[in-house]
Amino acid sequence: MMTTDHAPAKPPFWNNPQVRAVAFQAIALIATVSFGLYLFANTQANLQRLGIASGFDFLSSPAGFDIIQSLIPYSATASYGQVFWVALLNTLLVAALGVILATLLGFVIGVARLSKNWLIARLALIYVETFRNIPLLLQIFFWYFAVLRSMPAPRLSYSLGDVVFLNIRGLYLPAPQVEPGFGWAIAAFGIAVFLTLVLVRWARQRQAATGRQFPVVSAALALLLCLPLLTFWLAGSPLHWQLPELQGFNFRGGWVLIPEMASLLLALTIYTAAFIAEIVRAGIQAVSHGQTEASFSLGMNPGKTLRLIILPQALRVIIPPLTNQYLNLTKNSSLAAAIGYPDLVSSFAGTVLNQTGQAIECIAITMAVYLSISLLISLLMNLYNRRAALVER
Amino acid sequence: MAEPHIPHPDLPPPVSSVGPIGWLRRNLLSSPLNIVLTLLALYLLTIAIPPLLSWAVLNATWSGDSRDACQASHGACWVFIRVHFDQFMYGFYPEGQRWRVDLSALLLIFSAAPLFIRAVPSLVKLRLSLSILVLYPLIAFLLLSGGRFGLSVVETSRWGGLLLTLVIAGVGMTAALPLGILLALGRRSQLPAIQTLCVTFIEFWRGVPLITVLFMSSVMLPLFLPTGMNFDKLLRALIGVSLFQAAYMAEVVRGGLQAIPKGQFEAAAALGLGFWKMMGLIVLPQALKLVIPGIVNTFIALFKDTSLVLIIGLFDLLNTVHNATTNPAWLGFSTEGYVFAAAVYWLFCFGMSRYSQSLEKRLHTGHKR
Amino acid sequence: MNRAKTLTLTAAMVLLTAAGSAYAGKTLDAIKERGFIKCGVSDGLPGFSYADEKGNYNGIDVDVCRAVAAAVFGDATKVKFTPLTAKERLTALQSGEIDVLSRNTTWTSSRDSAQGLNFTGITYYDGQGFLVNKKLGVKSAKQLDGATVCVQAGTTTELNLSDYFRTNKMKLTPISYDKSDESAKSLEAGRCDVLTSDQSQLYAQRIKLAKPDDYVVLPEVISKEPLGPVVRHGDDEWFDIVKWALFVMVNAEEMGITSKNVEEMKKSANPDIRRLLGVEGDKGKDFGLNNDWMAVVIKQVGNYGEVFDRNVGKGSPLKIERGLNALWTQGGLQYAPPVR
Repeated sequence: MMTTDHAPAKPPFWNNPQVRAVAFQAIALIATVSFGLYLFANTQANLQRLGIASGFDFLSSPAGFDIIQSLIPYSATASYGQVFWVALLNTLLVAALGVILATLLGFVIGVARLSKNWLIARLALIYVETFRNIPLLLQIFFWYFAVLRSMPAPRLSYSLGDVVFLNIRGLYLPAPQVEPGFGWAIAAFGIAVFLTLVLVRWARQRQAATGRQFPVVSAALALLLCLPLLTFWLAGSPLHWQLPELQGFNFRGGWVLIPEMASLLLALTIYTAAFIAEIVRAGIQAVSHGQTEASFSLGMNPGKTLRLIILPQALRVIIPPLTNQYLNLTKNSSLAAAIGYPDLVSSFAGTVLNQTGQAIECIAITMAVYLSISLLISLLMNLYNRRAALVER
Repeated sequence: MAEPHIPHPDLPPPVSSVGPIGWLRRNLLSSPLNIVLTLLALYLLTIAIPPLLSWAVLNATWSGDSRDACQASHGACWVFIRVHFDQFMYGFYPEGQRWRVDLSALLLIFSAAPLFIRAVPSLVKLRLSLSILVLYPLIAFLLLSGGRFGLSVVETSRWGGLLLTLVIAGVGMTAALPLGILLALGRRSQLPAIQTLCVTFIEFWRGVPLITVLFMSSVMLPLFLPTGMNFDKLLRALIGVSLFQAAYMAEVVRGGLQAIPKGQFEAAAALGLGFWKMMGLIVLPQALKLVIPGIVNTFIALFKDTSLVLIIGLFDLLNTVHNATTNPAWLGFSTEGYVFAAAVYWLFCFGMSRYSQSLEKRLHTGHKR
Repeated sequence: MNRAKTLTLTAAMVLLTAAGSAYAGKTLDAIKERGFIKCGVSDGLPGFSYADEKGNYNGIDVDVCRAVAAAVFGDATKVKFTPLTAKERLTALQSGEIDVLSRNTTWTSSRDSAQGLNFTGITYYDGQGFLVNKKLGVKSAKQLDGATVCVQAGTTTELNLSDYFRTNKMKLTPISYDKSDESAKSLEAGRCDVLTSDQSQLYAQRIKLAKPDDYVVLPEVISKEPLGPVVRHGDDEWFDIVKWALFVMVNAEEMGITSKNVEEMKKSANPDIRRLLGVEGDKGKDFGLNNDWMAVVIKQVGNYGEVFDRNVGKGSPLKIERGLNALWTQGGLQYAPPVR
């Protein structure tokens, strides 16, 4: 007979999972908080001992130095706070252009990797394997110090019909100068966009209802091009081009793409495109072959199959890692500091930090900017994922 | 009686669909578009390859010991690399002591060689790799920095070139993987406090560029520490690189953990395994195997990222090369220098990615279709 | 589970204690315990601080640190040099990564006040100038309207440059690099028309160019750039030692004491010389150092004139005139307080 009076020995309290869970978390929290406090106290003590100014007041004092490229009006009399905006915009500019160019190149190379043409597929493979295995910084140096340094002096520029000039100081392009009346052309473009949207909606409804297709693409293109151009012509062509001209040391007037930015952009694009190409390839390969066969058997040609069947499905796989690459590109643009492109790290976390001596504030602001960009994009990504996820029944 | 039907023997396929011609037709000339693409690719190759070849090989200068040797030709001046080769490998490591670097490299190669031989039983491999992981860093550190056993002290500020690149990459990898695994376990943990801490840590490091991290560790870390407490500059860079890559590693490992079916956890728990045994014996071996490509990709990224220490003034391979190109006696050979550095980085990264592919193939246990 | 945690914690503790050496509180004590001085220098500027192919440093700034080492340890070799970019240098000093910064740094009011630094003296009276290619045909800085100018990021030079162009109503395109080498490379390649920096640096950069004779330093000096060693606020004892290591060298030149004749001079009857060399009185001890430390500095490093000639003056490839840096007795500005 079993006796019921001795129940299994109660495990000691430290083996109780709940007690353990609480204890561990408490230890981890206390350790983290005290470590943080310890660092904070040290920093306070160090700053006080050394008599280093702290706080963010420096942002409103005058900067006193010039910056080679600025998207907003800036002069040496502006404040450090304005330097921040100039630097941030420069970072965003190079990141945005890099994202666009890398995506285009990456998709082309990615599709080429899967080409039936052996030669093209091989070339694409060589491209990918070469550029993703070489450090980005080295590529930036290569473009800046080895390639763009061999451009001619301003007086000996390569020129294209005396309108576009290329020399060691950069690529000079004519700049459009807007005259009164140009607003009409912009308004016309706005109307054209609106009409296109209406057209697309109407065509889709008609196709759903009757099955008849409408040549949306060519109609939309015609609309988007002709309407603004016509208005522009009617308004008396209110635009002229300011040509770059050699004056003294340099070209003046026009738009200039400085070599610092050009080499950064080149390196970022070529490097990131290699990764994007692999993502695109994997995405396309992830779409089951049955889809292609089914599409062919419905009589679609390869172009339509790619556009209507494969890409929409592949995009679901492609977009999350693609966003990661965009984030990487944005963060990698901070390597600008190595070649003197005035981005956030180079101008703000570099020059401003050095002129004011307020290292902690400058680095903290810089890190906060990158963190917010990255968190913002992750947030958008999650929203997209929720929308694009397959709804399973 | 009807004659029995004797099928005609199979005809050989037409000449145009087998052999080299067939291959050409299938792979290069299958459609008008393909023909155009082939022609385009051929055109690109003909404009790119001959000048490259003549620059890098045919017209290049290989012998000599000053830049004068290169004045005559239009090709690459590989003399530049030859003259600076030792500097690129060892940096400012004292010349008489460089055997120590060679010795530690040989030691690693010979002790790790059995790991790459298939015939060696896996238990031996496991023990060997663990002992290498524990012992080798100690031995290598003693050898390289000296100060004991009659070896003269070589300060880390004199380490440079490929040596420094490999030291940073090696330490970064050995530190980032275990740290990343711990972080990933923390992120998947049921305990909210631990989970929050790990998520914050991971997202912070993944959100900022490495160069700000390096800059912080190189000039600001001492402000956070009590007066007088100081780390070696190299050590600070190592900590920065390791923490940064550990966060990326954690995300890779998390992917593997998420792919392990819940049944595995439950079965392990049912067998009475505690948390660490469950993870170490059941879950992690499967999870890590799944994410080998991701782990190796992180390693490759780490290897390439070592070049960023240039910005905080450490003389790794890239900085040594970059510095040599500013040498007044050798101005104008940056292309050769960068091509050489690129080739070295490429060899290591490409080697790693190929090895991971073969490892992946070998380890997959038939669950893949 | 507990064991693993304890192990990790212990490991962390061991690491931390191993990394942080016990600290006594004062810079000098910490240095003595460590056995060498940590000195921040430039990342490559011939004449001021330049690492040769073997990694040995030379230059005026380097010699100042050697003098401090000779004062503290009686051995001028007990210095560890940390090459710093212009950007890094101040934070490196503030944070304690280095004990003294001797990296052609300009003495300014904000560095003295808001940035928590103390300049210990002036090793080199300098001024900002411009280096241009002769081919441009520019004779004066006033002709630089519209020029592209290379400048080192985060320096006072960068600020003076903007001021100068603004006051003269000229258009400026600045390119700021982290490293002076990159500015020089850019000038050589033609990325910029002009390189601006302290004049001493311009001479130093010029000899690093492939064809130094094609370049000329313009006559205008647009700023005052007193360059000197820097220490942190808050340790007066250390401040005094670094300050006097330089004064000793200047005084020695004035008294005619050189590294060659220092032993003979100890026999001199001149009380000034006897005090300086520690033969009479205990002026050396007052610093908390050996009584003869000043003599050791002169013997191992030399007097100011020797250091100047060897690194940037007649005995060097730079061949810079003494000019403002001559002794006050010879029409210059170098003047040191007496040892008394």
